[in-house]
Amino acid sequence: MTVLLEAENLSLHFGGVNALVDVSFTIQEHDLHAIIGPNGAGKTSLFNCLTGYYKPTGGAVRFRGEDITRLNAAAVATLGIRRTFQNIRVFPKMSVLENILAGAHLKASANLLSIVAGTPGFRRSERELHEYAMSRLEFVGLGEQAKKMAGDLPYGMRKRMELARVLIADPTLVLLDEPAAGVSSVEREELSRVISRIHENGICVVLIEHDVELVMELATDVMVLDNGRVIASGRPQEVRANPDVIRAYMGRSRT
Amino acid sequence: MSLPRTAERERTVLSAKTSKRILILALVVVAAFVPQITGDQYYLSVAYQAEMLICLAIGLNIVVGYAGLLDLGFAAFFAIGAYTTAMLSTIDNWPILATIVPGILVAVVCSVIIGLPTLRLRSDYLAIVTLGFGEIIQTIANNLGPTGGPTGIYGIPTLSIGSIVIQSAASYYYVFFILMVIFVFFSLRLRSSRIGRAWLCIREDEDAAQAMGIKIHRYKLYAYMGGAVMGSITGSLYAPALSAISPPSFGFSESLLILMAVAIGGMGSVWGAILGGGIVVILPEAFRQFSQARLLVFGFMLIVIMMTRPQGLFPEGGFRGTFSRLRRRTRDSSDLKSASANSHEVRLSTIETEEVS
Repeated sequence: MTVLLEAENLSLHFGGVNALVDVSFTIQEHDLHAIIGPNGAGKTSLFNCLTGYYKPTGGAVRFRGEDITRLNAAAVATLGIRRTFQNIRVFPKMSVLENILAGAHLKASANLLSIVAGTPGFRRSERELHEYAMSRLEFVGLGEQAKKMAGDLPYGMRKRMELARVLIADPTLVLLDEPAAGVSSVEREELSRVISRIHENGICVVLIEHDVELVMELATDVMVLDNGRVIASGRPQEVRANPDVIRAYMGRSRT
Repeated sequence: MSLPRTAERERTVLSAKTSKRILILALVVVAAFVPQITGDQYYLSVAYQAEMLICLAIGLNIVVGYAGLLDLGFAAFFAIGAYTTAMLSTIDNWPILATIVPGILVAVVCSVIIGLPTLRLRSDYLAIVTLGFGEIIQTIANNLGPTGGPTGIYGIPTLSIGSIVIQSAASYYYVFFILMVIFVFFSLRLRSSRIGRAWLCIREDEDAAQAMGIKIHRYKLYAYMGGAVMGSITGSLYAPALSAISPPSFGFSESLLILMAVAIGGMGSVWGAILGGGIVVILPEAFRQFSQARLLVFGFMLIVIMMTRPQGLFPEGGFRGTFSRLRRRTRDSSDLKSASANSHEVRLSTIETEEVS
């Protein structure tokens, strides 16, 4: 087991607000690591620090031992770290298939001459990319929707489309920000299957989720954030029994 | 039972595609024979001016339509091409064709100088800066010695390709026609590649685009440069076509006219840019009978168009939308029931059998 992602004393302040305080953790190569915590605990801020959207005020993020704290979001994506967004970010006026192809941006041919001339090599690479995109869409159960406009898809499907867009890049690490939030129980079941399939295929998954049952079912490790601090981490069963976690979720006991 | 259904669907998709191709081919053929249909010099000069504006609109469509960058000074690049050609051909006796390349170079250099710092701005600020750039170029043309000041440059030699001298309105019609076809071809090729997809992603959602690994500043600059090159080439051919150029042709109103063409046609649609470019040139001419009131009538028409079709006359995916809607309507009634009964089962089984490689 090797360490894939490591955060060391990450801090993030917005003015006087401490969004993250000395957050440290390591994620092993084949983990399915869940981050839970009440609203406003700093989970999404943590994701934004890990993926280059926010620059942390202090501390460091390392990916395979390499410091990536100061990289911008596009450079982080280039390393094979892909993420989804809490309030789904699809490209609404592009087709579903094109949304997935956009995820394969770094794989596609960028040679201006071969694009304009439409060389056989370019055509072949685009065709292969289309086929791969279709296979990813089928993987998340959206094969039939390929030609639709992404903005026309219902909420649950857009969530799965975002997963396919992440997968086409063949990432080594995916960060999923509340993939099951606001979906129906049937959709939740499917999402949970897709996520565990992704993990079974050797991709490291970091998951923010409110649905504690889903987390207990899927995760190999759980970390709990509250008020920007890590209050517990470990195996799901251990964390569940931790009195600090119960306090953060249920409030202080009166006795 | 699902097999014949997919086959049938493929056939309808194919026929939609071929019917679209036939339609485009027919339009191209008709457009190619316009000078044979009418010999009237006035009609022909309006026609090639429409083509010229279409070329500019196709260029601006890359910037505004694809990448979503609001450029209010696009005529600046048109001016750069026109003035580079006019100066080199009148002062140094360069042949017109040879002046296109230096025009492109100047346009690219200017687009980098303007674009590099300003493309990091959000769109409202970008609009202001490009507006300023347009004004700067016009002011320079108005005050510099070699550009002829307010009188501009006249006596620009005519375009000649080898031994063919292009002089009549009919031959310029063909020059701009070919240019238009080339620009359409380039636009469509870029659109269906990684570059075009990156532009659209930036237009739709910059943050999400970065999560795809798209270097957004670089791709914005590519779009701005692409538009600049097309604008400059059009300018280089505009100068010999009119044989005299002066600053008022490259002002804010020209930038606005090009933007209007893109907006009326439908942002991001090449076919829309063609339709829009045609409308903004031909309609005011067609309203000559209203004499003084013609621009008023034109303005009224524009308001009506934008109120009834705010997405533009020919929005992106316009063809596809229409065809698929028709298809869906006929299909839905027949297999809605069976589809909804099967879909859940099918989805789960594909997840079961698929592998991430």
